[in-house]
Amino acid sequence: MDKNFAARRRRDLVIAAMLAALAALAPLFVKNVYIQNIMVLTLMYAALSQSWNILSGYCGQISLGHALYFGIGAYTTELLFTKFGVLPWFGMLAGGAIAAVIAMGLGYPFFRLRGHYFVIATIVIAEIGLLLFQNWEWAGAAMGITIPVRGDSWLKFQFMRSKLPYFYFALALCCLAWFVTWWLEDSKWGFWWRAVKDNPEAAESLGVVVFNSKMGAAAVSAFLVAIGGAFYAQFLAYIDPESVMGFQFSLLMALPAVLGGIGTLWGPVLGAAILIPMTELTRSYIGGSGRGVDLIVYGGLIVAISLALPQGLVSLFSRSKAKGATR
Amino acid sequence: MTALLETRGVWQRFGGLVANSDVSISVGRGEIVGLIGPNGAGKSTLFNLIAGVLPPTQGSIWFDGKDVTNLPAAVRCQRGVGRTFQVVKSFETMTVIDNVIVGALVRNTVMREARRKAHEVLEFTGLAARADVLASDLVPAEKRRLEVARALATEPKLLLLDEVLTGLTPTEAQTGVALVRKVRDTGITVLMVEHVMEIVMPLVDRAIVLDLGKVLVEGKPTEVVRDPKVIKAYLGDRHAVGA
Repeated sequence: MDKNFAARRRRDLVIAAMLAALAALAPLFVKNVYIQNIMVLTLMYAALSQSWNILSGYCGQISLGHALYFGIGAYTTELLFTKFGVLPWFGMLAGGAIAAVIAMGLGYPFFRLRGHYFVIATIVIAEIGLLLFQNWEWAGAAMGITIPVRGDSWLKFQFMRSKLPYFYFALALCCLAWFVTWWLEDSKWGFWWRAVKDNPEAAESLGVVVFNSKMGAAAVSAFLVAIGGAFYAQFLAYIDPESVMGFQFSLLMALPAVLGGIGTLWGPVLGAAILIPMTELTRSYIGGSGRGVDLIVYGGLIVAISLALPQGLVSLFSRSKAKGATR
Repeated sequence: MTALLETRGVWQRFGGLVANSDVSISVGRGEIVGLIGPNGAGKSTLFNLIAGVLPPTQGSIWFDGKDVTNLPAAVRCQRGVGRTFQVVKSFETMTVIDNVIVGALVRNTVMREARRKAHEVLEFTGLAARADVLASDLVPAEKRRLEVARALATEPKLLLLDEVLTGLTPTEAQTGVALVRKVRDTGITVLMVEHVMEIVMPLVDRAIVLDLGKVLVEGKPTEVVRDPKVIKAYLGDRHAVGA
């Protein structure tokens, strides 16, 4: 049994390495900038959704307010860069740290809420964050911040001529989020989180401090999402509250995981690989005339998935195995 | 030697309802003690107070020579109190072995150690063949056993069993009784709440009868079942007079 378990973990790692290698080679064949752009976004949302999945999938605390951490990552990076000349790499880490601290600060009162009440609280808090930034003069208010062009360099993490550096960073971030999840899955935190999700009372009786477990999950999740936010800000070279903290980001972090399989290792990546290109393509081909067609498409997709495969798409791969195990 | 567990003048009120009034009991090391009583006697409340689900309104609870009255459930588990739930609370989306690993992590922080411990416990409780099955796929008797396995994996000094033998077929109940004896033989003290008198009585060293939130009688099972007060509590006045 243990051999099977170790073998499965090793197999996951090998598959991930192969997929990452394939993805790294993709730009050799895809020269179209528009497609490259979609690839960057797909990788970014895969990373974000993977990070969201840590708190909401594994630990079961469904958040629809992760746009807040995304925006904090973006704003911290750009404010430090434009006001104090701090390199984006440090801004990125600072943003991650601030987001993690805020996630824990918010967790302190809100982790007492359960189920829908927790979800509502996360939406409201993210909305408050958005309003604060829209009115914060020093941070550019609703006008936002334009990132000054200083020439292409890795040091300043700024590239105007090519999207490839962004592509490789997004790929690295995606790999990082996946690897963190993989590692956490077989750690005491991973076990505590799943126990907390399934039955907090039983978890508590087995020595798991439920509150601390949730705090840990929130911190890791927010940190990684904020790194994503910092990346996105550099990628856009311009930020305003709506474009880095809007509610749609919270949704776009949750949906891939839900589609692919919430609380699973592969769900977010699989979901993002399907959802994001689809969203982008429908937006550019049919979105022009009637706004929101893309939303209708993936809304319908989610409904179909929850009816036919409530465990997400990954359950297609594991279904036969699970059956074999019960016999 | 001091008792492993002691409740001193414990009261629990829920609004106007007094669930436990002035309950003082003690459980010695290595004992199997049965906590019995008719419905609504306050057994489950007392049980939850001991496990740390909620603090008592008044009084104190001592475990292993220390006051644990205000410690939360998780800390009591770390100190050596293991428990099961009357309504089983398995981690349904996790496999049997993963359920038990959660318990084993209390004393084994290295995953490999925790996993080994969990396998050991599954062997001990006879669930080894079901290790890789999802907890939601277990039959009720197995779920009860999983509750015990999980609690045992925390390596408790005191194991609290909440009606683990209720609702089982006679054969399953006998297997359960054998398991409880085996647990005690490893040096773990057992306090069990139970409904089914004929199964518990031969098993326990001592029985504590609760009625209307108070300790009614306490003693050897053979004496307790003959006590007129106990018969009255269970069956009403008429039968008590007859006895």
